[in-house]
Amino acid sequence: MTKRKFGLGLSLMLAAGTMLAACGSEEDTSTGETGGGEEGTEEAADFSVAMVTDVGGVDDKSFNQSAWEGIQQFGEENGLEKGDGGFDYLQSASDADYNTNLNNLIRRDFDVVYGIGFLMEGAVAEIAEQQPEAQIAIIDAVVDAPNVASVLFKEQEGAFLAGVAAALMTETNKIGFVGGMEIPVIERFEAGFLEGVATVDDTIEVDVQYTGAFDKAELGKTTANRMYSAGADIIFHAAGGTGNGVFTEAKERKEADPEANVWVIGVDADQYDEGQTGDANVTLTSVLKRVDTAVINISEQAMAGEFPGGETITYGLSDEGVGLADSRGAIPEDVMAQLEDYQQQVIDGDIVVPDTLQ
Amino acid sequence: MSNRMTNLLVPIVSVILGLLVGAVIMLVSGYNPLEGYAALWNGIFGDMYTIGETIRQITPYLLAGLAVAFAFRSGLFNIGVEGQLIVGWFAAAYVGVAVELPKIIHLPLAIIAAAVAGALWGFVPGLLKAKFHVHEVIITIMMNYIALHVTNALIRTVSDGGDRTENIFASASLRSEFLENLTEFSRLHLGIVLALVMVGVMWFILEKTTLGFELKAVGFNKNASQYAGMNVNKNIILAMVISGAFAGMAGAMEALGTFEYVSSKGGFTGIGFDGIAVALLGMNTPLGVIFGATLFGSLKYGALNMPNAAGIPIEIVEIVIAVIIFFVASGYIIRLLLLRASAKKKEAK
Repeated sequence: MTKRKFGLGLSLMLAAGTMLAACGSEEDTSTGETGGGEEGTEEAADFSVAMVTDVGGVDDKSFNQSAWEGIQQFGEENGLEKGDGGFDYLQSASDADYNTNLNNLIRRDFDVVYGIGFLMEGAVAEIAEQQPEAQIAIIDAVVDAPNVASVLFKEQEGAFLAGVAAALMTETNKIGFVGGMEIPVIERFEAGFLEGVATVDDTIEVDVQYTGAFDKAELGKTTANRMYSAGADIIFHAAGGTGNGVFTEAKERKEADPEANVWVIGVDADQYDEGQTGDANVTLTSVLKRVDTAVINISEQAMAGEFPGGETITYGLSDEGVGLADSRGAIPEDVMAQLEDYQQQVIDGDIVVPDTLQ
Repeated sequence: MSNRMTNLLVPIVSVILGLLVGAVIMLVSGYNPLEGYAALWNGIFGDMYTIGETIRQITPYLLAGLAVAFAFRSGLFNIGVEGQLIVGWFAAAYVGVAVELPKIIHLPLAIIAAAVAGALWGFVPGLLKAKFHVHEVIITIMMNYIALHVTNALIRTVSDGGDRTENIFASASLRSEFLENLTEFSRLHLGIVLALVMVGVMWFILEKTTLGFELKAVGFNKNASQYAGMNVNKNIILAMVISGAFAGMAGAMEALGTFEYVSSKGGFTGIGFDGIAVALLGMNTPLGVIFGATLFGSLKYGALNMPNAAGIPIEIVEIVIAVIIFFVASGYIIRLLLLRASAKKKEAK
């Protein structure tokens, strides 16, 4: 009896599978035609951009996402649609996938292909050599090739302001810094942050911890737990997905005790939404790294036929490539005024923020 | 139904079933399975470039699978292939950048360095297992973490605080202009030849040498082997060392072929863990490992084309690939079903 049922189930599944597969194909051919035929011929600009994410993925709430938002905005402004001849992205599951993904996009004739993240340095260098006609841009790394535009950010300047804000706001005189991996980009954040804190008050203790990963929220949570328990009231994270755990810990503390004095400073994108718990929000501010601005700028230059190949473009406070996000009232007026003062000093060059740890 | 028929039918039915369930998943999530599978096929065999890249992806899986399978045959569960691969990767890349030698010395030296590093990483759990009966699973898992963070620290030191080493000298590279031109600049490298030779080496050790006989005997029954006068402890250590050497060479494939450098990692590569599945799919035989590695490598690589050509999100693609492998791995269930079905028929007659 049971055997028969099993057999029946099996054949049912097979039948359902084939039937479903059949209707699926019909449905798609129609959408495929309408989708592919029209775009490009209308008022849309004859220009296309695409990007390859690193292993963080396109929804990392951080620089991959920021880059993708930039590309989407650029696409909208120029009447482009997602897909061939418009804009698109490919996600990488491992380091070995970068070459293939970059190559795939170049073969699909995108005018500019972005490699997002320092992890892609090797792949971009290699592909640029093999495909001298392609225009590639890389974020957070420098590749010395005539057809590659390298984009760097002065993370230390944004982090400096975050350090100033944290130092002015802390009540316990203890601040935490949670880093992802000990790599130059994150160390620029650390260096700037430490400098900012020390500029205000060099007796403030900063607890610096690296988790060794960008995708381990649970590690971020335990690290934040230790810091808050040790008396820190503000934590700045530069740890991508790991940093989401810092937010979780802060929110849990806020939920348990609405009077708890816990704050998180977000990174890369405005992470205000991450910090929302009920009516309260634990996000003090975020250090913005405007990958989206950079992507849009370079796309526009390329569309005008002036792709900055072979150049290294550095975005800092002065050109709004980095900065602090709107604190939405978390930072009081008098502190904001001081922050603006410091910001002006950095822009004017009166304060030079170190990009490495002393 | 004859036995041969069943043997042939089982893998075919399991692959078809896997594909069908995968199709249902794509349909339910609103994507066209035919387009998806066409993209998968083209992603594996589409042109010379993809074929080259597919073989490139298979190469480390072959060696990682061999490493796991070899330990299994001696009754050891080597979860540490991942860590052994990482130290092998670093060792090969280090030798590749640190010195410049004629190719005929440099390349073998880099590969041997990787094998030795991996072997060393396998020696520690082997020794602890043999001398103190510490379970190798615990030790190898911990050795993975040690490998990950120690190599990260070493990379920082070697590159003066950077996150990756320089590219290795051409004299240590496994890449060949011939293969690159043949496959339209894919990263296919000569490592595949080495990997296939190693399949032969494993077969030879296991089937044609006294050592292999003893290793298998220890795998079947430790006590009986001891009673028969074999040195069980020596065999356990040797099995882990050889397994580690295979894993280290898998790392050399990445260091000298695919990447030509080593960069600090935020997490495991996954190749070592997939190697467990590769070995088990291949029933821990050298030939079976070829099958397992080919299946794993092709699907993993081909899957990249599904978001590219068919617009299916990578998350759905990963589920579909997992389902296909799941069905292939559960061949035993399908065999059972087929046997029952044929028994039914006989009864009815």
